[in-house]
Amino acid sequence: MQDHENDEFQDIRDAVRALCAEFPDEYHRKIDEERTYPEAFVDALTRAGWMAALIPEEYGGSGLGLTEAAVIMEEINRAGGNSGACHGQMYNMNTLVRHGSEEQRRRILPRLASGELRLQSMGVTEPTTGTDTTQLKTTAVKKGDKYVVNGQKVWISRVQHSDLMILLARTTPLSEVKKKSEGLSIFLVDIKEALQSGMTMRPIPNMVNHETNELFFDNLEIPEENLIGEEGKGFKYILTGLNAERTLIAAECIGDGYWFTDRVVKYVSERNVFGRAIGQNQGVQFPIAEAYIEIEAANLMCRKASRLYDAGQPCGAEANMAKYLAAKASWEAANSCLQFHGGFGFACEYDVERKFRETRLYQVAPISTNLILSYVAEHVLDLPRSF
Amino acid sequence: MKVLVPVKRVIDYNVKVRVKSDGSGVDLANVKMSMNPFDEIAVEEAIRLKEAGKAEEVVAVSIGVKQSQETLRTALAMGADRAILIVAADDVHTDIEPLAVAKILKAVIDEEAPGLVLCGKQAIDNDMNATGQMLAALTGWSQGTFASELDIEGDSATVTREVDGGLQTIKIKMPAIVSVDLRLNEPRYASLPNIMKAKKKPLDEKTAADYGVDTAPRLEIVKTSEPETRKAGEIVGSVDELVAKLKEAGAL
Ligand SMILES: Cc1cc2nc3c(=O)[nH]c(=O)nc-3n(C[C@H](O)[C@H](O)[C@H](O)COP(=O)(O)OP(=O)(O)OC[C@H]3O[C@@H](n4cnc5c(N)ncnc54)[C@H](O)[C@@H]3O)c2cc1C
Repeated sequence: MQDHENDEFQDIRDAVRALCAEFPDEYHRKIDEERTYPEAFVDALTRAGWMAALIPEEYGGSGLGLTEAAVIMEEINRAGGNSGACHGQMYNMNTLVRHGSEEQRRRILPRLASGELRLQSMGVTEPTTGTDTTQLKTTAVKKGDKYVVNGQKVWISRVQHSDLMILLARTTPLSEVKKKSEGLSIFLVDIKEALQSGMTMRPIPNMVNHETNELFFDNLEIPEENLIGEEGKGFKYILTGLNAERTLIAAECIGDGYWFTDRVVKYVSERNVFGRAIGQNQGVQFPIAEAYIEIEAANLMCRKASRLYDAGQPCGAEANMAKYLAAKASWEAANSCLQFHGGFGFACEYDVERKFRETRLYQVAPISTNLILSYVAEHVLDLPRSF
Repeated sequence: MKVLVPVKRVIDYNVKVRVKSDGSGVDLANVKMSMNPFDEIAVEEAIRLKEAGKAEEVVAVSIGVKQSQETLRTALAMGADRAILIVAADDVHTDIEPLAVAKILKAVIDEEAPGLVLCGKQAIDNDMNATGQMLAALTGWSQGTFASELDIEGDSATVTREVDGGLQTIKIKMPAIVSVDLRLNEPRYASLPNIMKAKKKPLDEKTAADYGVDTAPRLEIVKTSEPETRKAGEIVGSVDELVAKLKEAGAL
């Protein structure tokens, strides 16, 4: 691991690193190869309190902010792991903490803090509407003291390894709302119960070991006490989760970026071809240096986003820009790491190809690079709308 | 019984050490620092004694620059009950010599009256391997160095020592100074709730002057240099060639 001066989060970094050190490359490689879930790793993180970092102390957590959560995610990826297995609980947490009722907080948070329950899933994306979230087709109709849900979701991750999911659905038809972002609501779904009463799940085999699924809702009943916040304001609430998700994934990409640069620096310093270390060639040095510069820059934007988030300030632009910069930087780092490992980069036992696949995801999910560019163009720079 | 554990802030073992251009020492500016790994083992052992009901309180003490409080917080997060920071230098490059450290520790012992001092056998920065022994001399207490096993029963301790060529088991009278070796235990990592608790545990701050100890260096470092880099090897084609090369190098 590359030298780094102590920062104010050193205690967190050291402790997460020490935990991660018990799960070496071979562990993550085997999990990837077998396409299984890193249960032991996530359990260890839960037992050591990391999955409860964002839960306020009065509910049994540590009451930390997104800034610290980002450091935790960064360290997991930096140590060779993949936070994708467990970051859902981190990005979902504030949706519940900030917008849930006191009754919901008291009912759920202590059980998340103890590890008895997991809140790892968020159901937003739909097959027919993609990134155009406000057009989503899944509906929740109030009937008595229940909401009845019908529709379909896609790419909903960790459903098989979570107890709870935050679900976004339309409660007022588009035709009846003034703004298209109105009339959406979010619900807390008990996954095990739902799978017995109207929700079906179909796993999607994919390029990375990321447990993700199609979900179908056929008259799934959700008790009204599981509506989070006010009906119709769900889009605003889900942004709490989406901005957290972007910021955390930026931090994960930064962790990946350091992993790639650490590994490639070591490799090119030791690998001798034509009688000298390949790292002596500037053609090798420069792409690595460039990636490193970009990672460091992304880190600053990520910190800015998480600070704003923790202060309860608007941070949509910063969270998006952090994710953009970090995903790009980690991709550059991944590419040079693979390239300068030569043929060995393709051998699974070097872990480069695995991390390469894992980090590539983040140019598409949770929001694609193009959509960030269009957000910045139209919502930050006020350019004319393209859609 | 109270256990006193001295911990030192040293350059992190993962950091690639760089020598300062004037050869006066290792460059420590903006470098990652951590608890001396042997001291981590000492902290772990003290906590285990407490968990086993053989100790009531674990007090960590560090002597050095103000930033050593981070090292103490690490000890507190692992499970030490409280900490004492003794500021004895302003510049991170100032290394307090073992005798001065031992004198300060002696003063702390007079104040705290522990029944056991558990320290690392050496610090990985200067490898002095002296503080524990000097402290035993100053206090007149028994010493067990290089411990790879420790068992405390009543007023004596059985210490298995890692010595050249094997293990030596000794029985010593308490109170004692025990310096610990690598194989004694595997230190735990701190959990998040314990890191949070550690922030609230008491950390007293004092200075070397409070104990009337003069920490001025007695030793002069003449030169510090990096180890010579290993020369590239050569792959030989046959045993005969190997033998010829070894003869050529005067090794046979
Ligand atoms: C492994 C994985 C896990 C996921 N986990 C979850 C999850 O847990 N929960 C969840 O809700 N979602 C999840 N997703 C979904 C993810 O957020 C979406 O895939 C992503 O938002 C892109 O949406 P889409 O796939 O529908 O692509 P589309 O919206 O169809 O876009 C496809 C491409 O077209 C481009 N494009 C579209 N419109 C424009 C435009 N106007 N201008 C320029 N370019 C445009 C996009 O940038 C993109 O490159 C996951 C996805 C993956 C792959």
